[in-house]
Amino acid sequence: MIRVRGLRKRLGAKQVLDGVDLDIQAGETVVVMGRSGSGKSVLLKHIIGLMTPDEGSIEVEEQEIVGMGERDLDSVRRRFGMLFQSAALFDSLTVGDNVGLGLREHLRLDDTEVRRRVAERLEWVGLAGVEAMKPASLSGGMRKRVGLARALAMDPQYILYDEPTTGLDPIMADAIDQLIRSLQKRLGVTSVVVTHDMTSAYKMADRMVMLHEGKMVFSGTPDETRAATNAVVRQFVQGSSTGPIRPL
Amino acid sequence: MDDFLPVRGVRYVRTRALDGVAEVGRVAILMRDFARFLVPGLSSFGRVIQQMGTIGVGSLWLVVVVSLFTGAVAAVQAAYQFTSVVPMRYLGSVVLRSVIIELGPVLTGLVLSGRVGSSIAAELGTMKVTEQIDALRAMAIHPIRYLVVPRVFAAIVMLPVMTVLSDAIAVFGGYVVAVTSIGMSSHTYTQSLKDFFLVKDLLSGLIKAFFFGGIIGVMGCYYGFATEGGAEGVGLATTRAVVASCVLVLISDYVLANVLFRFIFAK
Repeated sequence: MIRVRGLRKRLGAKQVLDGVDLDIQAGETVVVMGRSGSGKSVLLKHIIGLMTPDEGSIEVEEQEIVGMGERDLDSVRRRFGMLFQSAALFDSLTVGDNVGLGLREHLRLDDTEVRRRVAERLEWVGLAGVEAMKPASLSGGMRKRVGLARALAMDPQYILYDEPTTGLDPIMADAIDQLIRSLQKRLGVTSVVVTHDMTSAYKMADRMVMLHEGKMVFSGTPDETRAATNAVVRQFVQGSSTGPIRPL
Repeated sequence: MDDFLPVRGVRYVRTRALDGVAEVGRVAILMRDFARFLVPGLSSFGRVIQQMGTIGVGSLWLVVVVSLFTGAVAAVQAAYQFTSVVPMRYLGSVVLRSVIIELGPVLTGLVLSGRVGSSIAAELGTMKVTEQIDALRAMAIHPIRYLVVPRVFAAIVMLPVMTVLSDAIAVFGGYVVAVTSIGMSSHTYTQSLKDFFLVKDLLSGLIKAFFFGGIIGVMGCYYGFATEGGAEGVGLATTRAVVASCVLVLISDYVLANVLFRFIFAK
């Protein structure tokens, strides 16, 4: 379980997170919605310890990670996998080495076992046999899937997805949604998905929360989200430019 | 009052001075982390060897060309200044000592500041702005151990190696000019090299190269990690890494020359 309490973070002049509270139960998939720049990715980076909050607490399985030393933080991070918005594949490494990097660095596995696990993860994401390719030669959808295979490589308990379908065509976006959903069912991992793509959000979520002006303004199931009376949530869900959220 | 020019000037100088102090502090922290992660970082020897290859093989032809012409110019200049003053048979020794004490390490340091410092800063800067460094941290792989240690260590090892190569090529460049253009015999030039060669001269050059390697590696990594923004930020980081490396190579050359020749190798 992940418990976030009173999280505040200011970046420059902007108060990005302004007292965020969030509970993520084991095995559930929580989708964090919100406009671009609303602090969704910043929240995700706090959960995995890539950013330090100005105030507040983050507990992962009752372990406080705010203020934790880098070494202890690394042992917490090893329970996580993260898919970055741009996939963040290492350009200098092949696809196989990208997916196998964590295995080689953390587990003393022989090369055959690493290659077997890499091939298996790539097969899970529908990319069998691409180990020798370089990230530069992959399409956007393939990069996301390789990023997902890398996130899955260490058998994480938690997977964080930062805009998994942004920049993809609708068909590829749907394929990624299906893939994430099927992996969640198969592996039973706890997932936090950050997105402003409502089509994807409804397909993936057990629960949806909305971040607006640095605060959590809504939490509910996909059906509750569709029926939400909160004006901010309704405007966002409907994709309307008129309402309490000013488009510019 | 705030718009009064001298007040603005003082405020600007104070801000820049504080920024400078903060930057020195951040570089010191990077060096401390390098020392802390040195042993675990070297355990992955393949990455260190790969970086050594990138620095050495990648810079080979540049060092060869620069050194060849540096030695040739040193011979031409020395011959011009010797005319009617110093016997020409000392030409080889002057080329040798000026190359191994000063020209070899400093020019190799400056050339590799441009070639290696910029490439490290650009690579790490690109990794920073494309979230690859965040991805490493998210995978519990410390970027200092994985990225900084192999690069800085490889630069520290390869600078002396490239300096020895540069010394040899430059002395050969001087030989070519002495024999083909100035009219010295091959024997006179080589005898002059042997007569005046001192191990401590070579050692002083290599000690300088060792420090220059550290400067180039640390500056490249520091500015790479400090990159903000996109392509513009990467360009800025690259330029800053090269400028800082070149300036620090020259300043440290002066400091090391004093320490080495006034204290360590004074006798």
